[in-house]
Amino acid sequence: MTEATILQIVQIIFVLFAAPLLSGYIQMLRALLQNRRPAGLWQPYRDLWRLFHKESLVFTDASWLFSFTPYLIFAALLLAAGIIPILATGLPLAPAADIIALVGLFALARVFQVLAAMDTGTPFATLGAHREMLIAGLAEPALLAALFTASLLSRSTSLSMIVIHLEQLRFALHPSMVFAAAAFFMVLLAENARIPVDNPATHLELTMIHEAMLLEYSGRHLALMEWGSMIKLLLYLAIGVALFLPWGIAPVSNVVALLITVGILILKFVFAGLLLALVETLLAKLRLFRAPEFMATAFLLGVIGMLSYFMLGA
Amino acid sequence: MNPLPLNLALLALLLWLTLGIGGFALAGWSRIVSRLIFLVTALNGLLLTMAGFLALQSTPDLFKIGGPIPVFPWSFRLDPLSGFFLILLGLLAAAVSIFSGSYFQSLPVPALRRLMLQYHSFLVGMGLVLLADNAFTFLVAWEVMALASYFLVVTEHEEPGNQRAGFLYLLIAHLGALAILLGFTILAGPMILQGGAFSAMLHSTLSPFWASAAFLLTFFGFAAKAGLLPVHIWLPEAHPVAPAPVSALMSGAMLQMAFYGMLRVDFLFLHQEATWWGLFILIIGLASALFGVLFAAAQTDMKRLLAYSSMENMGLIMVALGLALVFHSYGLNALAALALMAALYHALNHAFFKGLLFLGSGSVLHATGTVSMSRLGGLIRSMPQTAFFMLIGVLAIAGLPPLNGFVSEWLLLQAFLLSPALPQGTLSAVLPLAASGVVLTLALSAYAIIKFYGIVFLGQAREILHPHESGIWERSAMALLALLCVTLGFIPGIVINLLHPVLHELIGQSLAPQTGIWLTPISAQRASYSPLLFILGMILALGLSVFLVSRFFGRPLRRVKVWSCGFPLHNSNMQDSPAGFTQPLLRIFAPVYQAQRAPAADPKQWVLQIGEPTYRLVYRPLGRAALWISGQMLRLQQGRITTYLLYSFLTLLILLAVWR
Repeated sequence: MTEATILQIVQIIFVLFAAPLLSGYIQMLRALLQNRRPAGLWQPYRDLWRLFHKESLVFTDASWLFSFTPYLIFAALLLAAGIIPILATGLPLAPAADIIALVGLFALARVFQVLAAMDTGTPFATLGAHREMLIAGLAEPALLAALFTASLLSRSTSLSMIVIHLEQLRFALHPSMVFAAAAFFMVLLAENARIPVDNPATHLELTMIHEAMLLEYSGRHLALMEWGSMIKLLLYLAIGVALFLPWGIAPVSNVVALLITVGILILKFVFAGLLLALVETLLAKLRLFRAPEFMATAFLLGVIGMLSYFMLGA
Repeated sequence: MNPLPLNLALLALLLWLTLGIGGFALAGWSRIVSRLIFLVTALNGLLLTMAGFLALQSTPDLFKIGGPIPVFPWSFRLDPLSGFFLILLGLLAAAVSIFSGSYFQSLPVPALRRLMLQYHSFLVGMGLVLLADNAFTFLVAWEVMALASYFLVVTEHEEPGNQRAGFLYLLIAHLGALAILLGFTILAGPMILQGGAFSAMLHSTLSPFWASAAFLLTFFGFAAKAGLLPVHIWLPEAHPVAPAPVSALMSGAMLQMAFYGMLRVDFLFLHQEATWWGLFILIIGLASALFGVLFAAAQTDMKRLLAYSSMENMGLIMVALGLALVFHSYGLNALAALALMAALYHALNHAFFKGLLFLGSGSVLHATGTVSMSRLGGLIRSMPQTAFFMLIGVLAIAGLPPLNGFVSEWLLLQAFLLSPALPQGTLSAVLPLAASGVVLTLALSAYAIIKFYGIVFLGQAREILHPHESGIWERSAMALLALLCVTLGFIPGIVINLLHPVLHELIGQSLAPQTGIWLTPISAQRASYSPLLFILGMILALGLSVFLVSRFFGRPLRRVKVWSCGFPLHNSNMQDSPAGFTQPLLRIFAPVYQAQRAPAADPKQWVLQIGEPTYRLVYRPLGRAALWISGQMLRLQQGRITTYLLYSFLTLLILLAVWR
């Protein structure tokens, strides 16, 4: 096995096991900001462990889609973890999919989740299903506008190439990328079912979007879905890092360099987690029909980013 | 010159004609006969596909015949462009015919006999459109296609609504044909009297005004067939009415005949385009796509939903075509090739996944007796295989990797990303915004098609309809189309390499040859996508997670009653209704839909009516204007012979004064 292949596997395993930590960290920060006593960094691991050991219940006339979906979502996210340059650029899986295909991969996972929710035929799940499709549908143009800005700037849609190109630009501030980053952050909130679009901790079924689709899942199925959501959040943050803070990701040659990369990465995630926790503490959840305005703002920011690229050339 | 492909194609069409006439004569004997004939029709479709493949490789051959009446100049030619569409037609016809053999068994014998004739004439008409080499042959074939499909649409003509739908279709088809005739007349000039040979139209040297006139006329004519805004109104009327296999053929193949016509006229005849032509097509395409997808999402009838979705897909193809024309007008042929490849690929994709979805709705109709989504539900349990094939079609049309819909979407977005290469500043800045419109369309089309699948196949049955799995022949037809969708998704590189001759013919340049498992239309640095690696990684990750989870946490599953948050009352009406699923869209895009609530006959119920806004915005005003003009013309009619004599006299005077 070549170094690149080993690094590839290391990266996937890193994502797999760092994702609950990131969620635990954000939950802890939120608790602290809200004057609550945090459950600790390791709570998500304990939750997953408990869920994995529980019995999985499947409703009587469930089709194969219902039990297949958790695995498919998990696998899609694992594949995405291999494609995004998190620890290093130029990994063997990276050219398999560029950033458009990556968005498609996330969409594949989402579509299966929605289909599985509709398979249950329960009112809450179908409610969640069409809301999820709505939010995703409105978020996608904004996401594309943000990604296009980065692609136009670096003349490539391959994430590795974007990282390599943007790293060479050093710390010059690109107005277009600032707008794109704002748009991307808003999409990140929407796609990961976070406040102000959705509330991951809500207990009221009628306000749920993402969680409503998971209501019928239990045991290891639920564990996979929950773990998947954590991985997805980490991956979105990793895409954001690759696009807007790429410094420090490089073709890694030895173990010391790898450790330095991981260190820089953890710093970035610490910062990003703080930002997320702040947003979730300071903002309230929007009504569902205010969400389109939120997405429209994100789209507008993305468009401004694209236009400023054309006007300023940067 | 290689005469083989053309001879093969003509032979196949002749065979289809024979089968049609044979079917008309013999279908009354026994049910077996019609089944056999449809099977031969399917095999013949493969023969046509073969001719198409051969045509991609060889130089075109010309074939002229005197015809039954010698003055009619029949003329045929098979070049790579026609070859591509022959492949599309042949493969789709093969699958649909396999399906038809079993689907039409329930028709009464006289109807079946008529249908055999019309069905085959329809296929022959489409084939001839592709082979025609002069305006005369083209238009005759176009009319055969339109008439045969009209008769097929009104197969079940006893229903009063069906005749109206058929009439609307016929009317718009003829408006379109008229516009095409006028366009060809401008293009061919005096040569139109000799039949208007296409070779005479090649690289026509028209003044910009007449070139634009010819462009607009032909575009209108083809748009009427392609179902673009605002002449799409026949599409959602005709498709739900037509039998499912006919809808599949009309949507998958006949709409593409319009695309074929546009390609031939815009790239080969009018080779020096003005930039605004491309922009015009792009804008109409984008508007049609968005309109189509919004209304697809609002439908509650399976086939009507698919019809609007066809409109959306044709819109996307037009966006790609428009983009290609814009690039081409600036001489950026490499970029034009990319956009054009996206359009061609999407045309092929659309034929297969839309064919699949229409056939599936036919199976649903046969199994349950309805295509009204508010009565269906949970069919995945009683029709597991049909549901599986439909799922492939749904994932493909939603543009998800690694299936085929994603490939064309990806190519199109890559083409949009290259628009900064345009020398015109505003254009290069605005075009990427159109890409956002495309992405919105795609996201909403996922919404619409998931509604389609989720409501019909998932959840619980909304009414007790005793569905059963469709027959083996119907399922194998769907399997064939699903396989084609998967294949086109997995090996795009090979397919693109096959299509190089088409691009060479149209713009004299093609994409770089694709090597190995990678799809790299421009360069590996620029963008790459490898469906095979993608699916391999997916299977590996899936296998690993299934294995590990079941190895370490593999407690047996327990079947329980659905939980539903502990609510004790639970029935199938508590699921989303088809209208309920769209409710957020109805609310957000309320100005587009103009939905109206009206009390129903049952005082407990309300009816939500979503009309077609083009009637209100385009056709009613047009109708009023026509009535007003006729009213003014009425003043001429005095009913006295002296007045009319005066008119004749005045006309004569004016003519003498003008002519002299």
